[in-house]
Amino acid sequence: MIKIIKQFRFIDWMLVIFILSLIVTEVWIDLKIPDYTMLLTQSVASGQATNNDILTNGGWMLLYSLFSLICTIFCVLLCTRLASTISFRLREQVYDKVSQFSNCEMRKFSIASLVTRSTNDITQIQMFFAIGFQILIKAPIMAIWGICKISSTSIEWTLSTLICVFLIVVFITILVLICLPKFKKMQILIDNVNNATRENVSGIRVVHAFNAENYQQEKFEKVNTDLFKTQLFTIKGISLLMPVITLLMNGLTLAIYWIGAILINNAPVLERAMILGNMTAFTQYALLIIMSFILLVVVFIMLPRAMVAYKRVQEVLSCKVSIVEGSAPSPERVGTVEFRNVGLKSDSGNVEILSNISFTIKKGEHVAIIGATGSGKTSLIDLIPRFTEATSGAVLVDNMNVKDYKLDDLQTRVAVITQKAILFKGSIKDNIAYGEEEQSIDKERLKQAIDIAEAEFIYDLPDKLETESAQGGTNFSGGQKQRISIARAIYKNADIIIFDDSFSALDYKTDLTLRQNIRQHLPDKTIIIIAQRIGTIKNADKIIVLDNGKIVGMGSHNELLKTCPIYNQIALSQLSKEEL
Amino acid sequence: MPMPRMRYTDTKQKTDFKALGKIFRFCKPYTFAIIVSLILAILATVTTIIGPNKIRELTNLITDGLATDIDLQAVSYIGIILISIYAIGAVLNYIQQYILAIVSQNTAKKLRTNIDEKINKLPLSYFDKSTTGDILSRVTNDVDLIAQTLGASIANLISAIVLFVGVIIMMFITNWVLALVTILSSLFGFAFLGILLKRSQKHFINRQIYLGKMNGHIEEIYSNYILVRSFNAHKNEKRKFNEINKNLLNTEWKSQFLSGLMRPIMHFIGNLSYTLIFIVGVAIILSGSEAVTIGTLIAFIIYAKLFTEPLQTFAQSLTQLQQTSAASTRVFEILAMPELSDESHKTTRLTSIKGDVEFRNVRFGYSKDKPVIKNLSFKAKAGQKIAIVGPTGAGKTTIVNLLMRFYEVDSGEILIDGISTKDISRYHLHELFDMILQDTWIFNGTLRENLVYNKTGVTDEELEKICSVVGLNHFVDTLSNRFDTYFSDTSTISAGQRQQLTIARAMLKNSPLLILDEATSNVDTRTEKQIQSAMDTLTQGRTSFVIAHRLSTIKNADLILVIKDGDIIEQGKHHELYVKNGFYTQLYNSQFAE
Repeated sequence: MIKIIKQFRFIDWMLVIFILSLIVTEVWIDLKIPDYTMLLTQSVASGQATNNDILTNGGWMLLYSLFSLICTIFCVLLCTRLASTISFRLREQVYDKVSQFSNCEMRKFSIASLVTRSTNDITQIQMFFAIGFQILIKAPIMAIWGICKISSTSIEWTLSTLICVFLIVVFITILVLICLPKFKKMQILIDNVNNATRENVSGIRVVHAFNAENYQQEKFEKVNTDLFKTQLFTIKGISLLMPVITLLMNGLTLAIYWIGAILINNAPVLERAMILGNMTAFTQYALLIIMSFILLVVVFIMLPRAMVAYKRVQEVLSCKVSIVEGSAPSPERVGTVEFRNVGLKSDSGNVEILSNISFTIKKGEHVAIIGATGSGKTSLIDLIPRFTEATSGAVLVDNMNVKDYKLDDLQTRVAVITQKAILFKGSIKDNIAYGEEEQSIDKERLKQAIDIAEAEFIYDLPDKLETESAQGGTNFSGGQKQRISIARAIYKNADIIIFDDSFSALDYKTDLTLRQNIRQHLPDKTIIIIAQRIGTIKNADKIIVLDNGKIVGMGSHNELLKTCPIYNQIALSQLSKEEL
Repeated sequence: MPMPRMRYTDTKQKTDFKALGKIFRFCKPYTFAIIVSLILAILATVTTIIGPNKIRELTNLITDGLATDIDLQAVSYIGIILISIYAIGAVLNYIQQYILAIVSQNTAKKLRTNIDEKINKLPLSYFDKSTTGDILSRVTNDVDLIAQTLGASIANLISAIVLFVGVIIMMFITNWVLALVTILSSLFGFAFLGILLKRSQKHFINRQIYLGKMNGHIEEIYSNYILVRSFNAHKNEKRKFNEINKNLLNTEWKSQFLSGLMRPIMHFIGNLSYTLIFIVGVAIILSGSEAVTIGTLIAFIIYAKLFTEPLQTFAQSLTQLQQTSAASTRVFEILAMPELSDESHKTTRLTSIKGDVEFRNVRFGYSKDKPVIKNLSFKAKAGQKIAIVGPTGAGKTTIVNLLMRFYEVDSGEILIDGISTKDISRYHLHELFDMILQDTWIFNGTLRENLVYNKTGVTDEELEKICSVVGLNHFVDTLSNRFDTYFSDTSTISAGQRQQLTIARAMLKNSPLLILDEATSNVDTRTEKQIQSAMDTLTQGRTSFVIAHRLSTIKNADLILVIKDGDIIEQGKHHELYVKNGFYTQLYNSQFAE
């Protein structure tokens, strides 16, 4: 929390000082008002009240409460401004930070968690500053000032107020201590119910096929009962809160009157009206003080949540970015790739994902990478645009180490088509010319990209290029999405195009024509293809066979059939001897 | 103390409380408990109402004794009565809340159970049309909202009404002029508050909208950060972000500011009525009327406070009830969905099954006007391996859906050993089939639970045996707790291993018929080779239906059905079809073409 305060700018400090002075004024007024109720009661009780007295005192009281209202309005205004500005800045900082993250950091936090940290957690912090901050300042001032003010009137009254405050605070604290752990547990239990339902729904076919309906229901009933028990327990506890607090507060009012009756009885007749006035004022002070303590307790319940949220946000902000861009001058654009003894270890550092990878790819070459799932194919190509950082060795693009590139410069040279085709929310045109300003879209290049990617189906859509894609492209089929994302990579006009298993969503025929298009229309592009199908890669200039993170074979299809047993096995698993 | 939180969700939900009735019908078994707790709530409210009256008497005793002596005995008497009233009120309130907590939580539990049971009774078409997220939010969020309303809102509303009416009556009994003053000043304040609420509503809705947009944008950018980076799209995306962020800032502070005003305004209304009560009250006293004393004034100050309380409750309950109504519509909507037909009367059982399967003029469409399968007829002899091939969208998976009666045929019939599957209960039909799908379904639980699933009495020896048949034994050996290793979403288990696991699960079930729907397409070809032997063991002697897009895996099938646009266009063995030089040949060759 202190870190947020440290980031305050001058204007924020001004705001805080202003808020502080407003709150002090507010407290002063709030404590002033009962004085007038005292005067009013006294003048009525003494029987000497005139209409004038009442009107002036009443007028003052109204005037003060109006003034208090104005102060509070300003205070609320400033607090909400301050809170929203803090959350506005935090959101931007987190967003900017995450923009610099690479695979390693993304894995460390997980995307779902980063989204929560950028939105919900920041909202938590914001809520605290909008509501809690005010109370945190106001309540103690009110409590202390109020106690000082009443302690001079009557020791008996003060004592009963303090006892009441003590009882309320102890009661709430005990209740919170009992219920809070259960509340924390509740979230887990709700997740469990959600998971049990999700499991049943996602596996509904299997559930039916195995006649396992009762089995699933029993599982659900178990988590359901757990949730039920915990919820019932907490509600039973929380239900105590209001009745007990009301009882204590009513009891205090009664006590003040009761004690007041005795005090008045013991006092000389002349002072009696004054004590009566004090008594009515005192009940109000007492309630103000008790409310402050109750609010303080509430804030202390809110505070840990906001602190946890802030800690989670801070974790993102203070995370060291593993990939820092270089600053070397940009070399000439050619389209070559070279791996020199590259090694890559897992985040924990004890598993080797890639080891000793060396090869070169010349401009315009078509290179294929093949290997079993988990053999390190995607990890390998992620090193080229520096999505991941090599642990040892060097990756060179256009004869310069990728670490020395400015990131933007490196990215313009390499285009990657991911295994899972992704569409952004927006029009098809924006999706293909992704990252480009509307006015600078090159219509000719767009058309060519669509043609090469075999994505002509776009022209048959009702709104053609302007057709909107939903988030995640759920309104397009897998094959359509893949062709749009291929068009996107081709439009980018990079020198090196990497297809990460992008063809498997396409049927064999489209796969074939697409590759022919690339050969024909983009002859000088360097192409790297990861594929499962032997047919897709048979004609590549060079095939790299990966197994367990090592290169076990490199060469043309025919060479590898003879020299590389693993390649041979893969080929035979797909085609018969004659077909090879 | 729970902070009062206002919820502003779907505002399109116009005031509609019809669905609330359904909740009460659902709570019928608790009618007695609910009535008792409502009576208790009313009684508790009555204690609240008579409280100020006693305070008035107490104050009067004090003021009467100002000049002489205070009747301390009478004071103690009233004090004891008052403390008993307060205590009784608190106890009644707690008992009432306690009863309602039990009622509401039991109802919530029962609703959740009912929805979960319903899930297994719904036809599969329901799940193809709705998202999992939607069903989940009905099970948790909606049910929760209903429980909250049952547990608190309704009792609060009843007490508020009683309090409202009671306080008005008490005030008019005590002094009608002061009663009018109190009511008018409170109402004036509330009119003001109402305007404020209405204005802030707009900002709250906007805030929700921008929060949603923010979430959407961030989710999209974070999940696709690779693309954003790769296409140097930071600047573009940051501009979108900035715009949303700025709008969010604006709506956020406005909505919070306006809602933050509620409390100070309430406070001011309190002071306003306070002053007015005094001014008018003293004027009455000065006019020489005996009707008003200091005790009356103090009682009215408490009444004024009590009077504004139910007004607040009304405003809150209205939104809460509206939302609950929407929630209960959603909950009871799923509960009222048509279920799979009852089949308890179907007692036909196939005990010693041969395994002949026949499709006879089957016609089916997911919507009636668009048939996916037009007129499908074929015969599979016992023990044969039938392969179904064809382009995407040809209706291959639909055949599985129909075989398992996940969907019912529109016309025609499917026969097993000459008996129509319509005459067999779904339960029995599912006993006859082993099914392995492309989407491997692994749930949170131990390996053993995942393998055995709902079968009972499986020994470790059997597990070991099955695992070595499907080639999982090495994997099991690497696990520290072997079969008792816990799997969750995040566990690293490869696609191949997942598939092997589901094959093992199906093998344990050991049914006479088998369906393999793209069972190996998630697995690379070398791993597939390893699984293939397990599959071959599985298909041995069973009539099996295999759907595959890698045609190499089905070359040895006894019958290959080539499906296109819902019709069989070619059928036969691999070599027969291949020499035909038709669609199959095309499909087959495209695998190798260059």
